Amino acid sequence: MSDHWKLFLRNLSEFWKAFRRNKLGLVGGFLILTALLAAIFAPALTPHSAVDIMRDSNGRALTFASPATHSPLGTDDAGHDIWALLIYGARISLMVGFLAGFISMFVGSSLGIIAGYFGGAVDTLVMRVTDILMVIPDLPLMLVLVATIRQMDLKVSPLSVLILVIGLLYWTSAARLIRSQTLTIKERQFVARARAIGAGHWHIIRKHILPQLMPLIVTNTVLILSTAILIESGLAFLGLGDPTQPSWGTMLNFAFSRSAISNGAWWFYLPPGIAILWVSLGCILLGNVLEEMMNPRLTAHYLEGDKGMIAITDKETGL
Amino acid sequence: MNEKPLLRVRGLTTEFVTSEGAVARALEDVSFDVLPGKTVGLVGESGSGKTTTLMALMRLLPASGRITKGKVWFNDTNLLALSEREMRDYRWKSMAIVFQGAMNALNPVMKVGDQIREAILLHDLMDRGAAEKRVRDLLEMVGIAPARRDQYPHQYSGGMRQRAMIAMALACAPDILFADEPTTALDVMIQAQILQLLKEIQRALGLAVVIVTHDLGVVAEVCDEVVVLYGGKVAEYGSVDRIYNHAQHPYTQRLLESFPDINNPSETLASIPGTPPRLTQLPPGCRFEPRCHVKINRCAEVSPPLLEVEPGHYVACILREGKEANFQ
Repeated sequence: MSDHWKLFLRNLSEFWKAFRRNKLGLVGGFLILTALLAAIFAPALTPHSAVDIMRDSNGRALTFASPATHSPLGTDDAGHDIWALLIYGARISLMVGFLAGFISMFVGSSLGIIAGYFGGAVDTLVMRVTDILMVIPDLPLMLVLVATIRQMDLKVSPLSVLILVIGLLYWTSAARLIRSQTLTIKERQFVARARAIGAGHWHIIRKHILPQLMPLIVTNTVLILSTAILIESGLAFLGLGDPTQPSWGTMLNFAFSRSAISNGAWWFYLPPGIAILWVSLGCILLGNVLEEMMNPRLTAHYLEGDKGMIAITDKETGL
Repeated sequence: MNEKPLLRVRGLTTEFVTSEGAVARALEDVSFDVLPGKTVGLVGESGSGKTTTLMALMRLLPASGRITKGKVWFNDTNLLALSEREMRDYRWKSMAIVFQGAMNALNPVMKVGDQIREAILLHDLMDRGAAEKRVRDLLEMVGIAPARRDQYPHQYSGGMRQRAMIAMALACAPDILFADEPTTALDVMIQAQILQLLKEIQRALGLAVVIVTHDLGVVAEVCDEVVVLYGGKVAEYGSVDRIYNHAQHPYTQRLLESFPDINNPSETLASIPGTPPRLTQLPPGCRFEPRCHVKINRCAEVSPPLLEVEPGHYVACILREGKEANFQ
């Protein structure tokens, strides 16, 4: 077991060495890491909570106080501390985004592998469902679904509904990608060998197909996280978030509906907007870099570029 | 043939549906025996059905292909009548295969030792510790240092990969070893080594071997019996001595002439004009008729039955005389 551990550490350090050279990836990692740390250590970063109301010396609520009057980011229409709202909102936004992203990636990968590996009727079924889901506009469909499920009065928290709806509708692109990759892997001869040694389908998928798909799955999980966070923000902005547990999208919704813009309270709507950008940009940068690192086909051929092409010059060929 | 055959293939017929919807008869009425401890060579041009035969015997044809007729008796079990789950038990434990091109048949992201062990553990033959020891023994048997167990296929040379494939095939102590062109893509020195290794292992373990090749030199060196396939049918079947010295089928005769003879080197090598028939558009008569140098008119009309010209020597040609083959 210690051997495996050593090997894992060595692989990790090699990975880190390669990763360190990529500036964009480092920026992406930094963006995600700071957001995560802010969400985890929220209580340590602010003395207030998201529901505390700030008051001036006369006991009146500080409404629409600018950052100059109340540091660091001012207050909203009800006197809540924006900084506290922001970092407690990070918890909600990131949790919904990550859970929904993982669910959609899990569903997408499983369906993609099953469709690609078994082919035939299963493949046709999964792919037609994917096609149908792809042509229906996402946002209206999710709006209708979330709103309908809310009204059904089930004993499910609004956030769970949000997570499930995003997670269970957003797997289509992942399923297609994983399916096509599975199709090429299953035709390789080592899969035929695995069948010849008497392996069953489950064994072949687990031992021979999944390990080859892992890089693809990891990078796409990171990429899909940003989509999930953006969609959560969109739905929450349209009023489908949980008002008692405000996320960044909910903050934008409040800012919009409580006339923060006409009051010139930029400190109310700018921070959540920047936070959303912060995290989704981080995911995209990190995802692209991981994709580049794990997909050898995306790295340039060794003969490409100026340095490799100097072998044949006019002088040598005499042309 | 007084010894009871280990594997009896009877009237094996397969069909492939091509992407255009045409049906290709890849194999038709193929029959032969594999005796314990003996080597059978399947010879023929590309597309004559050699590899298809092996895959059909293992029941590993691709999704587009299926076995339409025939029986494959392993001892007294008809393998074609088994369920997929029962068949899985026979794979590797009763018959194992060395694939063509070892690089592709090894999983590039799995250690070689793990891949050898995989088969042992799949069939629950022994616990992990014993399996580990067996992996090392097998590697040693095929001439690979057991210390290289933890390396990946790309760290192996071409010959070593083929050796590793052989070690893998032996993992579950099979009764029959199928070898699908085990020496192609290897240089001559390594070819000789691999053949030598196969022979040694066969002698040591008493394995029956079915070897697919288009190299008649290999056949002469290792085989006891030869099945010559042409266009998916058996053209000639007999002992290696009969085939080499008394070939009866015009195709076999030409095939042998087209090989250089080191004792009587000649200026030119004979060649057979034309190409093998397309399996979707088979000629109505003998499949070799369009290319045959001794054909008569009737060859284009009648498909020749397999005739037993001598005990144990079968030829599918209407110009020969003998009683019609009747395999038990």
